[in-house]
Amino acid sequence: MITVVDAGTGNLRSVQKALQFVAPGQDVLVSADVADIRGAERIVLPGQGAINTWMRALDDRSLAGAINHALDNLPVLGICLGLQALFAESEEGGGVQCLGRMAGRVRHFDAITHGAQSAHGGAHKIPHMGWNTVHQKQPHPVWDGIDDAERFYFVHSYFVESDNSQDVVGTTDYGETFTSAVARDNVFATQFHPEKSAEAGLTLLKNFCSWNP
Amino acid sequence: MTLAKRIIPCLDVDAGRVVKGVKFVDIIDAGDPVEAARRYNAQGADELTFLDITASSDERDTMVRVVEEVASEVFIPLTVGGGIREVGDVRRMLNAGADKVSINTAAVARPELVREACDQYGSQAIVVAVDAKRFGDGWQVYTHGGRTETGLDAVAWAKKMADYGAGEILLTSMDRDGTKDGFDLGLTRAVSDAVSIPVIASGGVGTLDHLADGVIEGHADAVLAASIFHFGQHTIAEAKTHMQSRGIEVRV
Repeated sequence: MITVVDAGTGNLRSVQKALQFVAPGQDVLVSADVADIRGAERIVLPGQGAINTWMRALDDRSLAGAINHALDNLPVLGICLGLQALFAESEEGGGVQCLGRMAGRVRHFDAITHGAQSAHGGAHKIPHMGWNTVHQKQPHPVWDGIDDAERFYFVHSYFVESDNSQDVVGTTDYGETFTSAVARDNVFATQFHPEKSAEAGLTLLKNFCSWNP
Repeated sequence: MTLAKRIIPCLDVDAGRVVKGVKFVDIIDAGDPVEAARRYNAQGADELTFLDITASSDERDTMVRVVEEVASEVFIPLTVGGGIREVGDVRRMLNAGADKVSINTAAVARPELVREACDQYGSQAIVVAVDAKRFGDGWQVYTHGGRTETGLDAVAWAKKMADYGAGEILLTSMDRDGTKDGFDLGLTRAVSDAVSIPVIASGGVGTLDHLADGVIEGHADAVLAASIFHFGQHTIAEAKTHMQSRGIEVRV
């Protein structure tokens, strides 16, 4: 069973449908139930919207313990806020404490794209929305069959700044270079949305579903 | 390489059927939106936009089923617009599998709706559609499919919607829509340069050069077109090759 953790924000149907598509033999559950998180073989931690709402929802639903347990023991795929939440803190909404599993912080794009010009005039738009390239910084089983510099679909206004280069498995350029994928032990997390990234995204999800760290 | 400019085919759907027709070489049912979505995905479309033009409200559930079916097998961003009146309508479409919901008339009637929808679902899920017509030195916003004048200045309105939290503007020139004369580039550039969020140019595409012009001269982040793709005049792949030849970064 794969459990997609439901913190009550954003749209998790896309994630569920994509997982069902690549792993037709497995149960894919969208749940906010501690038992479903503890009983899963794999965890997907998606999230959209504001991280303070998302972190608060984890608290309200008493999910932090079960999620930390999963992060210690199970293959976990973080997507978008699910990547940002792994870090110590986010500057969103005046400062939010996150799960603190990885060293670094979450910052707003204004910080790096300020004044930078995009290719056809005008400033870089925020949110960073659309298909951008992901440069693979380290080999990883979840990258199997995916070309270096493949394009994935992004939509976000905040990005992570990792203090530990060993955690960084993917980077992307938007004004400057930022961390678009991290991995450590049993955890892999992406800023982009594999569930919306056509063939490349489905390959990534399929790799995750058969990954045995 | 950095962020690619997006090409978005738009499908008008009436009671669960694509209207204006879609002509693919070996398509079985040209009116089936799921079939059309599948083909555009295979051609490399960056996103899909469905516009529900169903007049009767009892047919609304049909669109939900279309979105559910498309989202089960096409894994690129899906935007659904048309008939979104309240936060509950947004929720219904997102739950069906849409990634973004486009709001037009209801945003003009009650701008707070945009703020509420963004607070609930995040800016990334909310697109504000702006239908504009040239008026004096500027452009005015129209609603109800271009029939109702609002007196709002299009550029000021787009900025306001960005301030209210909209994640993106879908900008249609009512003067150019259906003409095949190309985007209203002045309008596109005025709005795109005025807001910090992405702008999708729409209305008037008749040639592949029009798509490229929208990006190069209009400063659009994405270009939307219907008929040049529907009638088999061009594929998405041809459009991308052409844009690339004019120096635009695209996803191939």
